Amino acid sequence: MAKQKNILELEDVVVKFVGDSGDGMQLTGTLFSDTAALAGNDLATFPDFPAEIRAPQNTVAGVSGFQVHLGQRKIFTSGDMCDVLVAMNPASLKANLKWAKPGATIIVDESAFDEKGIEKAGYKTSPLEDGSLNSYHLIKAPISVLTKESLSNVEIDKKMAEKTKNMFVLGMMYFLFQRNLDSTLDFILKKFSNKPEVVKANQVALKAGYNFAETVEAIASTIKVGPAPMEKGRYRNITGNIATSWGLLAASERSGRPLFLGSYPITPATEILMELAKHKSLGVKVFQAEDEIAGICSAIGASFAGSMAVTTTSGPGLSLKSEAMGLAVITELPLVIVNVQRAGPSTGMPTKSEQSDLLQALFGRNGEAPMIVIAASSPANCFHYAYMAAKLSMEHMTPVLLLTDGQMGFGSELFKIPKVADMPEINPPIAQPRDPDFKPYRRDSVTLARKWAIPGTEGLRHRIGGLEKTNIDGNVSTDPLNHELMVNIREDKVMRVANYIPEQEVFGDESGDLLVVGWGGTEGMLKSAVSQMQNEGHKISMAQFNYIMPLPKNTVDVFSKFKKIIVCELNNGQFVKYLRMTLPEFKYRQHNKVQGLPFHVKELSEVFTKILEEK
Amino acid sequence: MLDKRIEKSPVPLTKEDFASDQMVKWCPGCGGHAILAAVENVFPRIGYKKENFTIVSGIGCSSRFPYYVHTYGFHGIHGRATAIASGVKIANPDQSVWIATGDGDSMAIGGNHFIHIIRRNIDVNILLFNNQIYGLTKGQYSPTTPMGQVTKTSPQGTIENPFITAGLVLGAQGTFFARVPDNNVKLMTEVLYEAAKHDGTSVVEILENCVIFNDKAFSSVTSREKRVENQLILRHGEPMIYGKDNDMGIILKGTSLYAVKIGVGGITEKDILIHDQFNPDPGIHRMLGRMMGPDYPVVMGVIRSAKAPTYDDMVEEQIVNAKKSAKIQCVDDLLNSGDTWEI
Repeated sequence: MAKQKNILELEDVVVKFVGDSGDGMQLTGTLFSDTAALAGNDLATFPDFPAEIRAPQNTVAGVSGFQVHLGQRKIFTSGDMCDVLVAMNPASLKANLKWAKPGATIIVDESAFDEKGIEKAGYKTSPLEDGSLNSYHLIKAPISVLTKESLSNVEIDKKMAEKTKNMFVLGMMYFLFQRNLDSTLDFILKKFSNKPEVVKANQVALKAGYNFAETVEAIASTIKVGPAPMEKGRYRNITGNIATSWGLLAASERSGRPLFLGSYPITPATEILMELAKHKSLGVKVFQAEDEIAGICSAIGASFAGSMAVTTTSGPGLSLKSEAMGLAVITELPLVIVNVQRAGPSTGMPTKSEQSDLLQALFGRNGEAPMIVIAASSPANCFHYAYMAAKLSMEHMTPVLLLTDGQMGFGSELFKIPKVADMPEINPPIAQPRDPDFKPYRRDSVTLARKWAIPGTEGLRHRIGGLEKTNIDGNVSTDPLNHELMVNIREDKVMRVANYIPEQEVFGDESGDLLVVGWGGTEGMLKSAVSQMQNEGHKISMAQFNYIMPLPKNTVDVFSKFKKIIVCELNNGQFVKYLRMTLPEFKYRQHNKVQGLPFHVKELSEVFTKILEEK
Repeated sequence: MLDKRIEKSPVPLTKEDFASDQMVKWCPGCGGHAILAAVENVFPRIGYKKENFTIVSGIGCSSRFPYYVHTYGFHGIHGRATAIASGVKIANPDQSVWIATGDGDSMAIGGNHFIHIIRRNIDVNILLFNNQIYGLTKGQYSPTTPMGQVTKTSPQGTIENPFITAGLVLGAQGTFFARVPDNNVKLMTEVLYEAAKHDGTSVVEILENCVIFNDKAFSSVTSREKRVENQLILRHGEPMIYGKDNDMGIILKGTSLYAVKIGVGGITEKDILIHDQFNPDPGIHRMLGRMMGPDYPVVMGVIRSAKAPTYDDMVEEQIVNAKKSAKIQCVDDLLNSGDTWEI
């Protein structure tokens, strides 16, 4: 009989699953997260995998991880340090122990800690025996061995049996968190529907893990994380890259302009290309180009031809697209450029996240080539900002650069599903057939947007291109004053977008001692630290910018109500440079981190506390 | 066959329907003028609605072309005309898309896009103005400049093997390749019409004289005195005969082509190869495309016009098929697909 265990009730828990690349940790983490979401937890996830596809087995280079932060309160990030670490082999333990909180629960597959495994991980002695884990709550279980034993009655080969050990450990975790197995059992059934023996093996392993955990004495207490208070509605879990793809699709449907994606695979943006390629039933045309330049150039051609055109990339690809971005600026065509940032320069660290492409986004083109720049700030709001990027681009007839990053691209959180009909309208200024007043660069007097005259439309034949044109008529011109006029118009057009974006919001009181300023993907991290310090009674608030070029109109107003301002970025200080240049009347402190890692709440709190203490 | 998808003009069109109000700024005597004349001849003959032509270009003398024809036009950036035009055609297959490019634009800076548009067989027509020199930057050698030629960047002569355009195009699995001299507007008009009829990427190489920086580069082939001897104008189904007395011909012997004189060494007209531009096997087409003096004539006309599915048609087909069978018919369906739950 199972003994009654204690129940440990927690506000929030960070769980990390780590193992060898082939151990199925991404799937295990995803299933654990889905079950938590069904139980009503709020959550955020982040996968952490090596750049190599099949690094040598059981080495630190080949460790793959999946982190989930779940809570019965609002969850802002995928968490800093973990409370529960599941390590399937010695290498994954070695690589991740530094991310476990003191006293964290560590579940290990004891069977993997043989001499060979320990040596491959680079340990001199077994960490399970040498006392190095004494300050943690260690749960050793011979998971591989037990999995095989549990499958003795299932007709399945040894290799397949070995593969189901991730289900065994997932079963253990379900017991630890007192979860229902149904959704996972159902998932297994659907996934392997044409292989009944595989279904059976996985289901048996899952249940065996659960039962084992229930009986083993090493687990002294189970963990309870109750449902989080959430706004009523229909929810799903979503990653930033998928949300970006879907936001673009929604904008295409709402605007009536067919979606064209011209793109070239690049980590961490490739998933958007793959996702959109799946949705031909929505009329999407996806063109996998021969290179980054052809990606954007084909998109510009498609935009000229009347499509809602998009190109997606990451830093190195953005560099290659620079010249063509200028072409989109001067031809005044709508185009969404999505840059899923990664650590640079050059190839840098492709799977690690950074915010270091901001200055390139703002200024990285020849000539005076202003561009609307916006940034998403969480996996789920990539949907909204991708939608807004497309809306602003089409309505203002100018390219928009949307910045996300690898962390939010791969990370996931819960997403309240909107209805497309409830999204803001998108009304591109399409020129009507036989419009007698049509001229290529005749403009709307308020937005300065020119008309979108789509090839095939009667009476609108015209030529545009990379050479400077006369305003209104659109003929090639090197007239000095016309050039200056056009430069100023293109700039003014972008600046006027400030009239069409929301005002900057402040998280916390609208005045105080310290304003923490961030942009893009750091929102959750900064919010966690700021809300913690607000609860401690500090007069600290936060302004996270999503609209960067142009800045929201009330930015000066927001900044002027705080004694001190600190700008926090995962780069060497790019937004702060832009602010110093744009709004030089304020003094900005800065906190930067360029490690390919997110901010941790603890480090931020220390920085903020120090500034607040300064006289 | 002309493209049935592209709407025809309800009224007959003339040259004037495509006349631009812009001044043509090419040098007097530039081959570009002849190309413009041929295009203005052929567009009305093709007969699509005048709004259904789009001309895309890159950079260089050739690429001012869109400004000189009254159609939808896009003047792109260096080397990218083919990439931009790919987007235009895929997004808007109801357009007849024409690309104006040069030897540098298409085969140097734009080489990558050039081979890939050909490989994909996107239904566009490429007018390749080959003058074997960089004109707009004033006389540097190009990827088609003959080895050894002195230019501003090769004062001791170039030390690079030039591309043979036909070899590159057919090597990239081109389905349509034609060559014309710039001083035969009649042939050029005919060939452009053939290009328009072809489903897929049509490359028309125009041997274009640059009067300023590379004058008479092709005179051994195109001059009034030499052309009869040194040009073989191909016509589908006809024997490959040329020469001032129509007594020269091409035969296949072993694995090579030979230029022979009819009546010499027992050669009769029956031995002369008959041109088959539709032959799916590119073998003979490749050999024809590579022929050059002094031992061979240079081949003009349509060398290859092979049937193959086009990229843009297949894009449309996949969308139609996906719409028929997919569960997801709108974005709301997509947002609510998979695991979702109510709170």
